[in-house]
Amino acid sequence: MNVLRILRVSLRALARNKMRTFLTCLGIIIGVAAVIAMVSIGAGARAAVESRFAAMGTNLISVGGSHRSMGGVQTQTGQYNRLTIEDANAIAKLPSVEAISPSVRSRAQVVYGSKNWNTQIQGTGEAYPLVRKWDVVAGSYFDDSMVRSAAKVCVIGADIQKNLFDEGENPVGKTIRINKVPFLILGVFKAKGESGGFGSRDDMICVPYTTAIKRLQRAENIESIDVSAVSATKTTDAQNEITDLLRSRHRIGEGAEDDFQVRNMAEIAEGAAEATGILTILLGSIASISLLVGGIGIMNIMLVSVTERIREIGIRMSIGARERDILLQFLAEAIVLSLLGGILGIALGVGVSKLLKYISIFSSITTMVSWTSVLLAFLFSGSVGIFFGFYPARKASKLDPIEALRYE
Amino acid sequence: MDKNIIRLENLIKTYIVGETEVRALRGVSNIVPAGDFVAIMGASGSGKSTLMNIIGCLDKPTDGRYFLDGEDISTLDRNALAGIRNKKIGFVFQSFNLLPRTTALENTELPLIYANVTHKERTARAMASLSAVGLKGREAHRTNQLSGGEQQRVAIARALLNRPRLILADEPTGNLDSKTSDEIMNIFEKLNHEEGISIVMVTHEADIGVRAKRRIHMKDGLIVRED
Repeated sequence: MNVLRILRVSLRALARNKMRTFLTCLGIIIGVAAVIAMVSIGAGARAAVESRFAAMGTNLISVGGSHRSMGGVQTQTGQYNRLTIEDANAIAKLPSVEAISPSVRSRAQVVYGSKNWNTQIQGTGEAYPLVRKWDVVAGSYFDDSMVRSAAKVCVIGADIQKNLFDEGENPVGKTIRINKVPFLILGVFKAKGESGGFGSRDDMICVPYTTAIKRLQRAENIESIDVSAVSATKTTDAQNEITDLLRSRHRIGEGAEDDFQVRNMAEIAEGAAEATGILTILLGSIASISLLVGGIGIMNIMLVSVTERIREIGIRMSIGARERDILLQFLAEAIVLSLLGGILGIALGVGVSKLLKYISIFSSITTMVSWTSVLLAFLFSGSVGIFFGFYPARKASKLDPIEALRYE
Repeated sequence: MDKNIIRLENLIKTYIVGETEVRALRGVSNIVPAGDFVAIMGASGSGKSTLMNIIGCLDKPTDGRYFLDGEDISTLDRNALAGIRNKKIGFVFQSFNLLPRTTALENTELPLIYANVTHKERTARAMASLSAVGLKGREAHRTNQLSGGEQQRVAIARALLNRPRLILADEPTGNLDSKTSDEIMNIFEKLNHEEGISIVMVTHEADIGVRAKRRIHMKDGLIVRED
């Protein structure tokens, strides 16, 4: 029997019991749709993360504290921190470094008039907009002298303007209270928007890091230093210069571990993308389980179908069907079932992925249908058909023609 | 081509049912020359169905040898037997054994599907075969739309399709009234006379048995009489 003929025979058999065919397909439809939708959510998150880091610029380097072994006990990364303002100033003088901004972070309650909001307070240097490639659209950023004098000034993110000020009200020149300390608003950052599941980047306020240390945190050291290299190609040079500088400043002997971390954005992005990759795999595997269940449904129905058609199998064998002919006939039915389910499932999965953003509670989820996942789902559903169809088909092909003919 | 279509040499068939051994055939030998029309007769349990299954290559003997058209069948495997059934034997059963919800034409052309014949040739040969048994114009009817006699004629058309040397009929008239039985037997006689196709038929009805050229009577797994 050639492929087309086998296909026609199996289609005819499936058309005889349309409701059963549809219900059997449904298991595969749901499985494939779930895999595609889940993978598209994961891929969407990954794309969002990547674009977010790309927007920060590839010449951005982050210098942070490192974990350190204290008597054999490893402390949490970043907990032990010896980065100082002097370190930051020394880094600023390195040849491959364009600008630096020391960073101190905390959360605080912010009050303006009768409204209040809880947000992230970012202590930065005056070069922060340059280092982070983030423009101030209204007003201006604080300058060098304000940083030195630990002035009570701030620049707010677009979300803060939205949440604390009435529409049309200009926040520049107003005073807000951060942890009860009054701060003068100098400017507003350009809105960056949502980023796939990681919250808004516009929900933050920048103050001079000196002010943050003195008035908000009462800490001595800075947490990290944002550094921009003079160009993207100089990023590696800058990283090496910073590492050498900090090792000598911190008097770290030959062979000893760094007590700081120097990472460029590409590396950080890679780490974050890896995390979303794991998320994708996790979501995908959960969805695959439903595909597996769908496969078992096919096996079940094929076994029923073989039992119902024992006599037909006997007739076919008596007029010359070989084992292979019977095996292929039933295997083809299982594969047609699963591929049919696969195609409908792809349509449903792609549809769900595309429509997800129109449902309000999911609106912040970015989805990206990858054609590899569609192809994989299709091939996987085909394999499910072969895998779960083989046992019933083999059972059919091994029937004894005499008993099959006698079967009532 | 052998001048003897069937040669049976001391066929023995034993089944194990639970712990007891059932000896269905206890040494059957016979020769059926090409063009013969034999009726195998006997009560139920006489071994005639077992013999029929072996002759039809659906079953293999426990011992003894069976030559079909000069070829030793006893040594062949399942798939080779399927090929023999497809090419050399046409089956006609008591219960017709047509595929349900399938047209007469589709039922008739079924053997050619397993013989890898093109669609065009299949249809042409199936149509010719159907008109040979007087079913011209009924090819698009489904199995359940046909009377018993018509269904048996479709079965005969199907049996004839691969131009077999041998037709095996297992109680072909068992489910039919006497008028229809007569029509079916007429078709068999015509095929035997005009086409020279050998026919082996199992029956327990004496009036059907007399239509054959020769009768083999079986009892307890042995041939007891021939006439």
